[in-house]
Amino acid sequence: MLALLTDIPWAIVLILLPLTAGMVSFVFPRLAKGLSLGTVLITVLAVAGLGWQLHYIYGGTYQHAIGGWGAPLGIDLHADGLSLLMLTLTALVALGVSVYSSVYFTREQAIRFWPVWLFLLAALNALFLAADIFNLYVTLELLGLSAVTLTALLGGKAALDGAMRYLLATLLGSLSYLLGVALLYHSYGSVDIAILAARVEATPAVWAALGLMGAGLMLKTALFPLHFWLPRAHASASAPVSAVLSALAVKASFYILLRLWLAIFSPLAESAASLLGVLGAVAILWGSLQALRQTRLKLLIAYSTVAQIGYLFLAFPLAVATAMPAWNAAAYLALSHALAKSAMFMVAGNLLRFGSHDRIADLDRVVQRLPLTASAFALAGVSIMGLPPSGGFIGKWLLLETALGQGRWDLAAVMLIGGLLAAGYVFKVLGHAFTEASVTHVAGAVPRTMEWAAFLLALAAVLLGLLAAPVLSWFDLSEVAGMQGVSP
Amino acid sequence: MNWDPWIPVLVVASSLLPGLLIFSLAEERVRLRTVLNLLGAFIKFGLVGLMAWGIYNGHHYEMRVALLPGLELVLRAGPLSLLFVTLSALLWLVTTIYAIGYLEGSPHRSRFFGFFSLCVTATVGVALSGNLFTFLLFYELLTLATYPLVVHRGTQIARQGGRTYLIYTLFGGALLLLGTVWLYSLTGTLEFTPRGFVSGLGAEHETALIIIFILLIAGLGVKAALFPLHGWLPQAMVAPAPVSALLHAVAVVKAGAFGIIRVVYDVFGVETAASLGVTAPLAALAAFTIIYGSLRAIFQDDLKRRLAFSTVSQVSYIILGTAIAGPIATIGGVVHLVHQGLMKITLFFCAGNLAETLEIHKISEMNGVARRMPWTMAAFTIGAFGMIGVPPIAGFISKWYLGLGALEAEQHWVILVLVGSSLLNAAYFLPILYRAWFREPPSSWPADHDFGRKETAWALLLPPVVTAAFALGVGLLASLPFSPLEWAKLIAEREFYRP
Repeated sequence: MLALLTDIPWAIVLILLPLTAGMVSFVFPRLAKGLSLGTVLITVLAVAGLGWQLHYIYGGTYQHAIGGWGAPLGIDLHADGLSLLMLTLTALVALGVSVYSSVYFTREQAIRFWPVWLFLLAALNALFLAADIFNLYVTLELLGLSAVTLTALLGGKAALDGAMRYLLATLLGSLSYLLGVALLYHSYGSVDIAILAARVEATPAVWAALGLMGAGLMLKTALFPLHFWLPRAHASASAPVSAVLSALAVKASFYILLRLWLAIFSPLAESAASLLGVLGAVAILWGSLQALRQTRLKLLIAYSTVAQIGYLFLAFPLAVATAMPAWNAAAYLALSHALAKSAMFMVAGNLLRFGSHDRIADLDRVVQRLPLTASAFALAGVSIMGLPPSGGFIGKWLLLETALGQGRWDLAAVMLIGGLLAAGYVFKVLGHAFTEASVTHVAGAVPRTMEWAAFLLALAAVLLGLLAAPVLSWFDLSEVAGMQGVSP
Repeated sequence: MNWDPWIPVLVVASSLLPGLLIFSLAEERVRLRTVLNLLGAFIKFGLVGLMAWGIYNGHHYEMRVALLPGLELVLRAGPLSLLFVTLSALLWLVTTIYAIGYLEGSPHRSRFFGFFSLCVTATVGVALSGNLFTFLLFYELLTLATYPLVVHRGTQIARQGGRTYLIYTLFGGALLLLGTVWLYSLTGTLEFTPRGFVSGLGAEHETALIIIFILLIAGLGVKAALFPLHGWLPQAMVAPAPVSALLHAVAVVKAGAFGIIRVVYDVFGVETAASLGVTAPLAALAAFTIIYGSLRAIFQDDLKRRLAFSTVSQVSYIILGTAIAGPIATIGGVVHLVHQGLMKITLFFCAGNLAETLEIHKISEMNGVARRMPWTMAAFTIGAFGMIGVPPIAGFISKWYLGLGALEAEQHWVILVLVGSSLLNAAYFLPILYRAWFREPPSSWPADHDFGRKETAWALLLPPVVTAAFALGVGLLASLPFSPLEWAKLIAEREFYRP
């Protein structure tokens, strides 16, 4: 029995299962909810199974040639610590989002939601398992399109407006990325990452490819100043969709950027690393300040995402000298941000359901009336602010330690100021949630499932801080970062 | 199996678990909540007693869990930890009884007691931390757990008070984090060690160490209400009386003062700190805060605000004793950690009784109140005399050792500060006592809640009487074994004389 479980090619299950389930639930809408919940549960198991295989069978890296055709002809699947991290993050958030969505949508909306959501899940899983830059493009496009569809799901002017901006941004980003892929393919005759890594040199074509791919991915990741599309899109979508977009979609393009950086570009372009660092720092400050200024909860959370993405990019300049703690920090920040931010958007959804508005100043004694939702926001906030004992704290500690170790005072200052600003906007919400608003409103009922889904995700983000040692050894990034050629 | 490592964990858990359970209780489960609260408090007190006995008999209580490569969560019970833990455990028990009486019938008690237990958990964690990293963890947890208590009443003023509190404490927390990470990147360890762990660093790091010291002290000074970082404390007085009593007389401000003791003794070590030239400015700042807090206290008419400024002043005695950096002054500073807690909590309990029974909030309304509430005012009087330094109450012992320590360290100016501060203490406490005992009471009080033949509810009366008795007792019986003074001597001996 156990042997059977360990023999299953979990990586393939991760791609094919949601894809098939998506098609089935498109044809049989009545089965959609049960099928999706089952699929997501199996996805969680499959990720665990893949992790087990990686650790105890394949010794860290898994490579699979589909149909027996290896690269450069066929399509390869590739999994290592970094992929496992992203797959785990996706599975956990997907579980929370699916449970939440099972009661969130009306019947009419649900019919449209489930198939697209499963496609999106398949796209994400495939993206994290892709071994070549063209497959990354295909999955990225599939991801972008299903994400846009989900954003437009609610209909109405705001949702369509947000979805349109998102569509334009995501198409532009993919196009730019594809041009880069074409350049590399033209120059080196392969799209396989490992092969490219061995062949690239600092030629003008490679520089152009780096620029194009980098810009496209930064646009999709919403790194300052290319974040303009994100707040509207994330704020206008329905709560579970916003959670997916903020927690997972932006991370996917970040993952590609990181993967290409580690494997192909980092030996060539140290100056680009410091540029990314500067943009990250500005993103933290700008995003946090904007979040602080917002009067609507969903916009506040969306701008907070802009800021939190900035932290991920601070790892690039720091990793030039000491790779490991910096990438571990980025991994930890990505993981805890995914959990915390999806919880926050769900909280916003609960509050919207509760008071039919998301004006922060009019949150009327939510702490008393929806204690579970309020504590979910508070716990998620602890992680976003980077206060102990949360996952966000561990990430920030590692990043800060690296920065101070290298004498990067500027980055350390940005991190601390960013944390304080985050505290500002989190407690702005909490303060109003404690007090009586001038306008009272009739309270709508919030299903317990929605409250618990948000709470458990937020709790996971906080508990992550206490599990740092096992988590970091499970998602062993040292081999991935080792490709960079600089050992810690 | 050796249970010793688990005892510190259980001490922390004995308030954490009841707290988490209480959160999930419905509002009307009063009895179960009370049982949980008291059970936790008694268990904690018993465990702390067990540890005190164990340490006396040479047991070693330490629990380590690796969190990150090279960083561990460490809970360890040494003499200094035990002093603070005992104080917290005792005063938690007393304050729980008080809070049950105080909040009877008011809304959101599950939330209140839940966060209250979390605060105590954080305080005990601060006390038991075996390295600066663990300390930082619990220190920030304390900030977070206190906020809901400050804004508990949910009014606009409460929200403002909470905001001020957060601005100060989170900013302090950021400085502390910066200092800690920096220190870690230099030394590669954060383990609290008697006489410090930084002395091995070469002279080229001297400037860095001075800046780290300033960062750490500034971060901790916010909670310890060191001038000019004290502004949050008077504003946080919007919180209900038990919160002001336990948190702003004991847990929060003491966590800051305790942290400063840790930094000076167990991170830098007195000798290194003195040779870096950072203790003298710290002593000067503490002395200034003592005088400044007292001066501000004189001009407050609101009773709780006067007590708050008195706290600002009194907590700096601890810092002063630490920063004089001599063995006898250390005894005075460390013992004041306990003594000030006992006396100040008594005073806050009494202020709460006046507010709850007669709705008296201002000193100008206190004429003749001792006739209506003799027991409360008797306890208040003991606390106030103790603060002034009248023998044989606890405060006298602290000031005596501080004074002796200053003479021993040849820092004669400290005597002036002590005398001046005692005069100022008298100037702001004696008029209150005079009003309460000797002025004619008004024809009617602002309100008068009737408690039959008693002056107020027993749950409100018992705690201040008990803590006042303790304040008197630790002064009278200071030379008995296990008294705070004896523990303080042990701590000073360990820091200065052990090989």
